[in-house]
Amino acid sequence: MPKTIAEKILSEHSDRDLCAGDIAVVDVDLVMAQDGTGPLAISQLKKMGFENVASPRKSIFFIDHAAPSPRKELSDSHKIIREFAVSARAVLSDIGEGVCHQLLVENYVCPGNVVIGADSHTCTSGALGAFATGMGSTDIAVGFALAKTWLMVPQTIKVNFNGKINKGVFAKDLIIYLIGKITADGASYKALEFGGEVSKSLEMEERFTISNMAVEAGAKTGLFSTDDITKNYLEKQGRASCFRKIYPDEGTIYESEIDIDCSKIEPMISMPHTVDNTVSVSKIDRIKVDQVLIGTCTNGRLSDLKIASEILKGRKVAKGVRLIAVPVSKSVYLDAIKEGIIEILIESGAVVVNPGCGPCVGVHEGILADGEVCLSTQNRNFKGRMGNPEALLYLSSPATAAWSAVRGYIADPREVLS
Amino acid sequence: MNEVNHKNKIKHEANSENLNSKKSQVLCGRAFKFGDGISTDLIAPGRYFHLRSNLTELAKHLLEDAEPEFTKKVKKGDFIVAGKNFGLGSSREHAPAIIKIAGVGAVLAKSFARIFFRNSINVGLPALICDTDKINSGDELEVDLRKGIVKNITQNIELNFNPLPEVMIKILNDGGLVEHIIKNKGFNL
Repeated sequence: MPKTIAEKILSEHSDRDLCAGDIAVVDVDLVMAQDGTGPLAISQLKKMGFENVASPRKSIFFIDHAAPSPRKELSDSHKIIREFAVSARAVLSDIGEGVCHQLLVENYVCPGNVVIGADSHTCTSGALGAFATGMGSTDIAVGFALAKTWLMVPQTIKVNFNGKINKGVFAKDLIIYLIGKITADGASYKALEFGGEVSKSLEMEERFTISNMAVEAGAKTGLFSTDDITKNYLEKQGRASCFRKIYPDEGTIYESEIDIDCSKIEPMISMPHTVDNTVSVSKIDRIKVDQVLIGTCTNGRLSDLKIASEILKGRKVAKGVRLIAVPVSKSVYLDAIKEGIIEILIESGAVVVNPGCGPCVGVHEGILADGEVCLSTQNRNFKGRMGNPEALLYLSSPATAAWSAVRGYIADPREVLS
Repeated sequence: MNEVNHKNKIKHEANSENLNSKKSQVLCGRAFKFGDGISTDLIAPGRYFHLRSNLTELAKHLLEDAEPEFTKKVKKGDFIVAGKNFGLGSSREHAPAIIKIAGVGAVLAKSFARIFFRNSINVGLPALICDTDKINSGDELEVDLRKGIVKNITQNIELNFNPLPEVMIKILNDGGLVEHIIKNKGFNL
């Protein structure tokens, strides 16, 4: 029977042929935890009697969520991770390197891999044609211990992005639009597979944005087929040898298919307090912003910072607005410096903070006051997400965010881009 | 329950008897009602990120942004009763862990987000899927894990909840995932 990408990858990692609905123990290629989930994974690992990990070079700890540590309790958690990584000879990615999901795609994940991570946005790596999914600390502890996990092979929803993307519309707008359409549990327990002519033309950074947010529709993972664009990306990362073709079998029957005409999509936002509470920017009344965040594992890559800098060049952030920019990784940060992007951002009034998760998870580097409004390029806007339940969080593309920072209210980037 | 493959349903039911022979528990308590889409940010707020290494302290802030008085009012054995997609958002296992620490006997919801559901089973917190529209805040409930029945004493009605997938019953029978791995020296699902 023709198989989906999820069924093909999982079958390769099992001792039997798998179809949607099967429950199986599968081999995993990469296991990771971050500083919010790693200490619990380590204590669970020890509780099971393991002092080491099954595959040290494929077991990765990232210190990114509270990096550098803003408080002593977190410094203690970081110490636990550092000491364990050394003793177990696992890979450690310490402060300043960047956000786990970006570092995974830059340096580790290969098409066809099974990747599990103690972070819900592990699905980002699905853009490289890897079955990548988030789990909790105990599941990840078992992954570290055995290099295996159990899971149910998911049904797959095929999403066909067709048509043409309008000026001022970006990958972020596509995925916000999709989540608004299918809702926050529209893909629960299922895989999303992205196809259609638009998907085929998206650059890797745009695919990462889309796969990153698959979990916001409840999906287990968000997969792209691999192609020349994937191949070129891996070549650029010095990892050409790990490229392989990943694609669904001809004639695969999906659980359902969703056709989206991208030419009908305008710049989109998610409104408080759910990602699926979506609307076109053109349809809202004036919403004043106190803070704008451009960055995170969703939209802190070079093309994101670049479009923001194009909008901000020669302009100033509106009076009373704080603009925070967070390059997603050290290499993105360095590239942005080389290309003069960081200088433009700073000149416009932005505060550029070190690569990491900081403001998005409400730990530090931009916690909001009561009643304040933030427009962010991150992936979720739940009540309390950015450290204050009395704040209001809106989500958008980097272009919408940058132009809104200039205007002082949520504004349509087509005003400046067309 | 979406994780359940229909063709395996009969097997699951057979296995739930296995679970039940070992854990013939009836849980009793009051319902604390919440709406749809209760996120892990509401359950375990991000601003207490530094308390993740101290779950007892973190548990004092359980659901405080959804219901500020919750931890003061909840008593051992009470139930969290919610709408759909309970536990959506982050992978933080601390969320079901502190629900358990707070003394909650089980979470009843119309549906659960995937990662939260797995985490609940792994930490030994029953996460049960049933029609929660028929439960009001303050209702006295009896949850029979063996029979798969929620008795709403206050309203004098009975509700059924979906059996767990076979694989999760095995994990629960062993006392959680850590215990399953210790006992079997690996997976034995």
